[in-house]
Amino acid sequence: MLIDVNKCVACANCVPVCPMGAIYIDPAIQRATINQDECVECGTCFRGMSQEHLNPTVVRTVRKVARMFRFRFEPEPDVCPTSAFVMNELQMPRLVRQVFSDPVVEHKSTGIKGRGTEEVKTNDVNPRVGVGEVGYTIEFGRPGVGVRFRDIQEMSIELAKLNIRFEEKNPITHLMTDKSVGTIREDILDEKILSAIVEIKTTLAEVEAVLSTVEEVNRRIDTVTVVGISTRCDDEGEETHLAGLLEELGYGAERAKTNMGLGRLTNLEAA
Amino acid sequence: MTNTLHRYGSSSSFRDDFILFCIPSPGRNDQGAVERQKAFLRICARHRPVNMGNGNRGSYKPERHLDPRSHWNRDHSPDWEGVIAEVKKPGTVAAVFDAKAKAEACLKEVISADLGLSVNLSTSVSGAREVAQCCGIPRHSVEYSLGFTDPHDHLPNSQVLHLATMCGHGMVSFNMARKMLDMVREGRRTPEQAVATLARFCPCGVYNPARARRLLEESRRQSG
Repeated sequence: MLIDVNKCVACANCVPVCPMGAIYIDPAIQRATINQDECVECGTCFRGMSQEHLNPTVVRTVRKVARMFRFRFEPEPDVCPTSAFVMNELQMPRLVRQVFSDPVVEHKSTGIKGRGTEEVKTNDVNPRVGVGEVGYTIEFGRPGVGVRFRDIQEMSIELAKLNIRFEEKNPITHLMTDKSVGTIREDILDEKILSAIVEIKTTLAEVEAVLSTVEEVNRRIDTVTVVGISTRCDDEGEETHLAGLLEELGYGAERAKTNMGLGRLTNLEAA
Repeated sequence: MTNTLHRYGSSSSFRDDFILFCIPSPGRNDQGAVERQKAFLRICARHRPVNMGNGNRGSYKPERHLDPRSHWNRDHSPDWEGVIAEVKKPGTVAAVFDAKAKAEACLKEVISADLGLSVNLSTSVSGAREVAQCCGIPRHSVEYSLGFTDPHDHLPNSQVLHLATMCGHGMVSFNMARKMLDMVREGRRTPEQAVATLARFCPCGVYNPARARRLLEESRRQSG
């Protein structure tokens, strides 16, 4: 992401908009500036803000006069008055920032936008997690912190030492150079992204070991994590095994995503 | 995509947060999915949602050519038809409801429509179970959120987290949520204006303006 210095009027509306806090007004040039190392290319500034197309010279003059009289103009807080943001074309390795951070960009490896995984959202037509099995989505960097692939790799290497299987249809798995040890492509390790999900599967017996490993590794890596843990309900729609185990282990689950089982195979070749 | 699982809050704080979304699976049921996704959204629109989205835009949308006069008279109303019309390819579509009764009524109609797409409900664990029971269907799979782990103390206070995590892809920044809390407290924006501003940053349309308004009003009362 770039800011056109000829258009920017340093109104600072974009400063609080950035989820990574990567935008600031540079006092030397009196323009909004992006810290490119912290920017994750999520597109929030470009896409999330409404755009006016005002003349920058006029806006700067009006702002100067208003400032002289200590007037406070209360503009809409989500507007770039001069459409100063420019979404530039990215190349690898920086391109991974956009793919993992901008929710409207599709992951080519899975054909899915957002974090790029179906999880158990389609478990009724695309069985991933069966009865007695446990699926995990271990998400890094969200909310509002971000993560570098090197930190994700630290987790994936530790997880690989347990009796787990990385989900094949997941963008992070796709970037692994060796799934048996959890290593990720060397060229992207220092890239920062808004968030990513490592997805694994085990049986109920490994839940405690996986969750304690995640907590332990999280203390070593400078980001936040959040775990989603899933399983298949029984024929009556009940699920007590995993919920009971989580309660035993001291994890209180307040919220859940529930697949209602309405999907069916409708593609000709699949049916 | 919707990322609605990890919203910050207790079970009771999700009493006005019910997100129904449908999703096709590539190679399984994605052929002809666009029309079925539109049908899903049309059903949802009949049950008075508070937001809807199609993966590219929500019913609150930023404008590419904003009229400068709108600073004094900006339209903050949701655009349901635009969301439905702009479903162009198979993907996730979603609707947000602020009452369990609405989600139940909507899901019943979705079941009758037999769209063949996976339908998920994101809310409290107990809320989803009750909705499924009310609709007479067994839950197929469930994914629990274990909440955020923050050993390095990165996260802000709970009011900011409540507001910011309603965009599951993190497009609502902590600073923007904080700014809206402050603007409402200072009387510089109404809660309605503030939630429309926040909702416009969520391109999936799963931000819950009703819950956000309640939280902003609670925050203002606490300050008073």
